[in-house]
Amino acid sequence: MMKARRALALLFAIVMVVTMFSGCAKDDPNKRTLSVFNWGDYIDEEVLQMFEEETGIEVIYSMYETNEDLYTKITSPGGDSYDVIFPSEYIIERLINEGLLAEINYENIPNMELIDEKYKDLSFDPENKYSVPYMWGTVGIVYNKTLVSTEIDSWYDLWDPTYERNLFMMDSMRDSIGVALKMLGYSMNTRNMDEIDEAIAKLKEQKSLVLAYTGDEVKDKMIAGEAAMAVLYSGDAATVIDQNPDLGYVVPVEGSNIWFDNMCILSTSQHKTEAEEFINFMCRTDIAEMNRAYINYSSPQREVYENLPDEVKADPVQYPSDEIYSHCEVYEDLGDYTQIYDQLWTEVIAS
Amino acid sequence: MKKNPIARLFSSVYGVLVFTFMYAPIVVLIVFSFNKLKSRGKWGGFTLDWYRALFENDTIMSALWNTLSIALLSSTIAIIVGTMAAIGIFFMNKHWRKVHMNVAYLPVMNADIVTGISLLLVFSVLGIRLGYVSLLLAHVTFNIPYVILSVMPKLQQLEWHTYEAAQDLGASPVQAFFKAVLPELMPGVVTGFLLAFTLSIDDFVISYFTAGAGVSTLSVTIYSMARKGIKPEINALSAIMFVTVLVLLLIINFRNNASQQKKLK
Amino acid sequence: MKGRLRRAESVKEDASAQSKGLGVRGRTSMLALPFSVYMVIFIAAPLLLIVLYSVCVDPPGDMSFTLEHFRRFFDFENPIYLQVLWRSFYIAVISTAICLLIGYPMAYILSRMKPTVRNILSVLFILPMWMNFLLRTYAWMSLLENTGLINTALEAMGLPAINIMYTQWAVVLGNVYNFLPFMILPIYNTLVKIDPAVVEAAQDLGASGRKVFRKIILPLSVPGVMSGISMTFMPAITTFVISKLLGGGQYTLIGDLIDKQYKVTGDWGFGSAMSVIIMVMILISMNLMPSSSKDQGGGLL
Repeated sequence: MMKARRALALLFAIVMVVTMFSGCAKDDPNKRTLSVFNWGDYIDEEVLQMFEEETGIEVIYSMYETNEDLYTKITSPGGDSYDVIFPSEYIIERLINEGLLAEINYENIPNMELIDEKYKDLSFDPENKYSVPYMWGTVGIVYNKTLVSTEIDSWYDLWDPTYERNLFMMDSMRDSIGVALKMLGYSMNTRNMDEIDEAIAKLKEQKSLVLAYTGDEVKDKMIAGEAAMAVLYSGDAATVIDQNPDLGYVVPVEGSNIWFDNMCILSTSQHKTEAEEFINFMCRTDIAEMNRAYINYSSPQREVYENLPDEVKADPVQYPSDEIYSHCEVYEDLGDYTQIYDQLWTEVIAS
Repeated sequence: MKKNPIARLFSSVYGVLVFTFMYAPIVVLIVFSFNKLKSRGKWGGFTLDWYRALFENDTIMSALWNTLSIALLSSTIAIIVGTMAAIGIFFMNKHWRKVHMNVAYLPVMNADIVTGISLLLVFSVLGIRLGYVSLLLAHVTFNIPYVILSVMPKLQQLEWHTYEAAQDLGASPVQAFFKAVLPELMPGVVTGFLLAFTLSIDDFVISYFTAGAGVSTLSVTIYSMARKGIKPEINALSAIMFVTVLVLLLIINFRNNASQQKKLK
Repeated sequence: MKGRLRRAESVKEDASAQSKGLGVRGRTSMLALPFSVYMVIFIAAPLLLIVLYSVCVDPPGDMSFTLEHFRRFFDFENPIYLQVLWRSFYIAVISTAICLLIGYPMAYILSRMKPTVRNILSVLFILPMWMNFLLRTYAWMSLLENTGLINTALEAMGLPAINIMYTQWAVVLGNVYNFLPFMILPIYNTLVKIDPAVVEAAQDLGASGRKVFRKIILPLSVPGVMSGISMTFMPAITTFVISKLLGGGQYTLIGDLIDKQYKVTGDWGFGSAMSVIIMVMILISMNLMPSSSKDQGGGLL
């Protein structure tokens, strides 16, 4: 009994200490802070430390898994505690329409001129009033040269019965339906039900060939040689090719998706100047290069690109030719059609 | 029952098989935390780099801190509120007791995902900001029922005469409670605490829906890393946590066993 | 003083005497007040909110009444959601059955060991929970893949490979792995409590080992089996992520669908409707369970 009491007392002591410590974490009003909300593992964390040291601004860093996860979190209570976010293009469009993003004051972001013109003024944010490009890439097919017998250059190769149970599709409604739409020569943002139905029929037909609809774990699988082909983002393709030279990447001739993850400031942000300081910092050449090297995605920063070794610059995986680039399409917010796409996609994978 | 040797052999083989099944993935994880390659499948030589990198990784360390402090705080709050509740419910009339026990049962029986979402909804209606507090409230919510459920049976077994005797000897009801009742309940409280603590550490689904700015638990951090690939540092951390708990439990068990044997002598 | 408690004790048996104002008993039951308040705000209200959202067009924006979400789920002409529900049920039943088949003998073997040994071993069944479940599932992937550790080992021994990854058996395996302790521990706890004297008496009367098991041990362990089943079946039916990782997204379960409505499509109304359907199913099965299995914290304790 004495023992139990002593254990209890010890427990309370620990709890007191814990509470005191978490109480100390409360920031004093003079301290400048900034809350950054980014994709998981999507920054070289040393960059955050460097920013803190250089500016004295304390960074509160959190991570999310999907664009929709981000959307849910910033529209829930406490969502106003985030300042800088890294949404993809179609979510940026939605956030702009809903008035959730703050207009950026470019006087505070001189480094914006280091971003290549090619990646500015895109359809989702025509004058870049709300967003600054961070990373971009394409969607294509990664294939294992030792496991494919034909030349891979078309989305139709994913429908080739030779590769039964030997290919991975993405467990992502936009990307997978997009692949089928693009293959059929339609827009990835179509709202024409006939086109959508045709694409869905194609995907159902393909189902018996697919080994799995995967998320990120597909990278390890391709490195290990688990399947002949997989649909993948270009940045991830570069990573897997580094680790297994048997792999190759192609953006199919029918064209593909080109995506952007941009930096934005929330309209509710209480730290707008700090946020702009941060975005400017992220665009600085050395910092942008650190992030590019860590994430291994394509950077829209001009000097970063120019400083790359020639073989990387010429690498069609990370920096596709202007011709391929011109074939690619950016996702738009589907609005009410999101639900229709979702229901049809559920039909494909659940059938 | 006398055991024949064949049955005994069968038992041992069976036990070993089941334990192999339970521990195979854990062994894989621990082994691969020493892997030079970042891959989960290929072995590229031995290294301790991930263990070194782990302690320099602020994201993981702060997630670890949140996980442990939330587990500790939520299970402590749960044993206080839960033990009080168990005693209170024990003295309620049948009707109220039934209502309380059934509601207490809901988070235990309900799907984690439904509990998580329902808490997210209530936080958004009440305007409770998603962050440390919301996470703590959520963990307390699913911890309390386990405490109630583990204290209740002890209350039912309780010898109330000792409580009366203590009062006859001049103790006030409160004193009598602490001297005569609480020690009897202690095993239930401790079980409840351990259970709540473990569930809180293990929880992913509920934290996933209720965490907010700058506050994340280990499991949520791991999940958000999934897009770019889970870092080997996480394997290293899990290996450390696992071995720590294993050693702690073994020590506790051996000490308990030793003291039991002493008593028997 | 003494009388009061005795009264409290006697009233426990006698329901009619209770409602008379606040006696000691009433005052003591006030100890539950913090919990009662907590329960209303964080257990009852959230669930009511889900029910409310499930009949709203597009919560939290458009709160007008609709039954459309339920109609969408119970669409018999195009029963994709019902198929998913059926699959979740079916996989949960298989997983629970396998857990029982593996778990009962294990619990029995465990209960026959020396107390010192079995205490440690039973704790070892909870211990894997300290390893994050996503990591455990990822580790299973490393083991099961075509080029994974198990197949590499089989190949080295000249045995044929097993291709279980991305089939529904991989999902079942993931479930069995994660929920097996919840089957073993309740059964083990009831088996340990069986009075050895009863078993000895039966043996003295000449019952064979098999007969003792069938006539005494098995019936006495039924409550443990029951709570084991409910502790395994409930989480198995609503699990998500496991099916995504081990099943390759092709064996979508109801939990995955709910998750998707909140995290991908943002259709909170439909997500809430599916949560309500799950909740109703769970409440029904809770009531079908014998009440004895409920009183002991699912027997896990």
